Amino acid sequence: MEQLQSLLQGFGDALTPANLVWAFIGVTIGTAVGVLPGIGPALTVAMLLPTTFRLEPASALIMFAGIYYGGMYGGSTTSILLNTPGETASMMSALEGNKMARSGRAAAALATAAIGSFVAGTIGTLGLTFVAPFVADFALNFGPPEYVALMAVAFVTVAALLGPNLVKGFASLAIGLTVGLVGIDAQTGQPRLSFGVPAMLDGIEVVILVVALFALGETFGHLLAGTGRATVEPVRGRAVLSRADLRRSWPAWLRGTALGFPIGSLPAGGADVPTFLSYSVERRLSKHKDEFGKGAIEGLAGPEAANNAAAAGVLVPLLTIGLPTSATAAVILTAFQSYGLQPGPQLFSESGPLVWTLLASLYIGNLMLLVLNLPLVKMWARMLTIPAYSIYAGVLVFATLGTFAAGGTTTDLLLLYLLGLLGLLMRLADVPVAPAVIAMILGPLAEQQLRRALSISEGDPSILLSGPINIVLWSVVVLALFLPPTLAVLRRRRRSAAPAGAGR
Amino acid sequence: MTLSFKGWSSMQHPSAVLRRRLGRAGPFVAAALVTVVLVVTTLTSAEPPGAASARELLNGRQLRIMAPASPGGGWDQTAREMQTALRDLVGRTEVYNVGGAGGTVGLSQYTRLAGQPTELMVMGLVMVGAIESNDSPVTLTATTPLARLTTDYEVIVVAKDSPVATMEDLAAQMRRDLGSVSIAGGSAGGVETILAGLVARAVGGDPAKTNYIAHSGGGEALSTVLSGRATAAVSGVSELAPQIRAGNIRALAVSSPQRLPALPDVPTLRESGVDVELENWRAVVAPAGISEQERRTLQDLVVQMTRSQAWAETLQRRGWLDATLAGPEFDAFVAAEQRRIAQVLNEMGIG
Repeated sequence: MEQLQSLLQGFGDALTPANLVWAFIGVTIGTAVGVLPGIGPALTVAMLLPTTFRLEPASALIMFAGIYYGGMYGGSTTSILLNTPGETASMMSALEGNKMARSGRAAAALATAAIGSFVAGTIGTLGLTFVAPFVADFALNFGPPEYVALMAVAFVTVAALLGPNLVKGFASLAIGLTVGLVGIDAQTGQPRLSFGVPAMLDGIEVVILVVALFALGETFGHLLAGTGRATVEPVRGRAVLSRADLRRSWPAWLRGTALGFPIGSLPAGGADVPTFLSYSVERRLSKHKDEFGKGAIEGLAGPEAANNAAAAGVLVPLLTIGLPTSATAAVILTAFQSYGLQPGPQLFSESGPLVWTLLASLYIGNLMLLVLNLPLVKMWARMLTIPAYSIYAGVLVFATLGTFAAGGTTTDLLLLYLLGLLGLLMRLADVPVAPAVIAMILGPLAEQQLRRALSISEGDPSILLSGPINIVLWSVVVLALFLPPTLAVLRRRRRSAAPAGAGR
Repeated sequence: MTLSFKGWSSMQHPSAVLRRRLGRAGPFVAAALVTVVLVVTTLTSAEPPGAASARELLNGRQLRIMAPASPGGGWDQTAREMQTALRDLVGRTEVYNVGGAGGTVGLSQYTRLAGQPTELMVMGLVMVGAIESNDSPVTLTATTPLARLTTDYEVIVVAKDSPVATMEDLAAQMRRDLGSVSIAGGSAGGVETILAGLVARAVGGDPAKTNYIAHSGGGEALSTVLSGRATAAVSGVSELAPQIRAGNIRALAVSSPQRLPALPDVPTLRESGVDVELENWRAVVAPAGISEQERRTLQDLVVQMTRSQAWAETLQRRGWLDATLAGPEFDAFVAAEQRRIAQVLNEMGIG
């Protein structure tokens, strides 16, 4: 195994005391920026890049790897404890994770998120080390028609998230789709729903909607109801993660990884879509369906794993074909180039040692995050003993600061608070907020890809069904739509045919 | 002079101390020492005149540079490289990002800084196009042009197994049926759109019928052409050169007046019978309403910077071409570009 030998060599270069210090600094900064909504790893790396030119390339890359993975960890902590996702990919973690924290299982929630992220991050990095070229070759077959089909799969599977009342679920979807329309239309360059406000020309950041609907809506809700004094029991029982928790978590971790890594590797994949898919899959497969919405551990374990596996997946097109597919990847590409590394097919042959050092540092950063986070789980959970009103005051400060730091305009702040009021109204009317965020992410993607596809074919819709990948994906859509009702009908028939059978 | 010298050294020292504290290992201490030695030797060597009057103008204030784009893009890179190159001339400068809408969001915010000579902004051809395509209420009249800095040319590529062999083939196909040639590139109204429109017009087609497929970035556009769905893609030479050299894609033509050193085997559009030239230039501007003397001082500073060793290294490392142009020539250049781009975007129905 030539790769294994190179990787060991990479570990040799990465495991120096100085580099471990840089890795530590990186994961600490990364976790901190992950906690702050709005300030993502992209902005942090961009800001730190000029300060690292005097560092050795290996040290700087190790620090950036730490920031990258650390950001993914930090986002889930606030999701779980405060119902405030730091970035879109950790939104699904808030759904079940926060419910767990509320019922005294914060430590278990944080632990399954931390271990799940570690497992997925490690498997993802292994994938990056050994199968990256094959994954990249497959991912290159994805053009606009394939993305349309993929989005259709995402849309039908997330229908499960609409909640018990379909009308309210669709209302939430409509809100998200509308907010997603704001800004310059990419195909024609014409502004839509921006009302002449320059700051709205580039659309509304998804993270603003996430923070507004989740954090501000809830904060305002407490304000109205005057329920700010309640505290939550932080840790119930002794074990951080019981055997039953573990038994329910690990299949979810693996399934989340299996979804996250390949979709993250797609040039327009990203880390959000796999977390939605993973949540839906867990909900469908779970033996504890009744717990969903009340704190089902697999509903947290899956998306957390998917999120981190996708983070590794994003590096596949970046390293193998030099394609940056996210803002963070674009900044990392800049970092590579400033050290004379040119990501692409010749990366491994031309600048081998440095690449293997980077890969090794991804493993190290991942392990360091687990070692740092797992013992701290109970301490973080104790944060819940702070009276809710002071926590929510902190949430308001962080949400405002983060939004301002990311966009830098007062319009963003106004939007944040307006959408926060919208979130309050939705909460009062019992409208679920997750579909709105999902619609805002998937809607514009689906629209742009569909228009690209139809533009390429000069309006001929048959392009959407051309090619084997499309046929497979659309079959999944058809199955997802018709299989469950058909099965239900069959089951009912069987039951009525054999009424004596021990039914449920 | 002595005053500014003090300001200078007090800026360098804390970072050196910090560096010493941060890195306990020997190499970092050594690096810090080397930095201090370098700083001292730089200071004792001859002082460039442009920097001195610029420091007088700043009078202890910090120079701030707006990158009207998100981190990672060309403008952000230009601003951050300027930050590095200006360090030896005027000390620390601050770079901040105001992303969005081809730079017009940043531009509209920049108008509030009128008359403040410590506030610079990076801009370029993309902003000229975006002002046109977004019908931006704020135009370049809100700025005082200082100097053009760098340029990057565009290259037209196809997938490696594409039936299109040369630019002549592509032009012929466009002449036959313009709609059937889908061209992938960056956001609508950007450099790639402009080039697609100019090529369509040069082959005798109606620019409004150009089948241009907009993407959020060069990477995404490239993946569409690699998937075999789009006929061709357009992107910056510095962005695509590694992919071309690796053989993933084939280059048909570059938009430069002469062949480029980075891609010596690729013909220009002119050589291929398409009479089009386009450069993606980047420049730096100051706010409107500054005095003539302030403009001259800032312009001298920027020109001084482009002649520095640090800037030469930047151009080399980034693969950017030096395009320094200042004074009335630059003003005339911007005016000509505005006219040409407004015309083609209007013909495409984007303006």
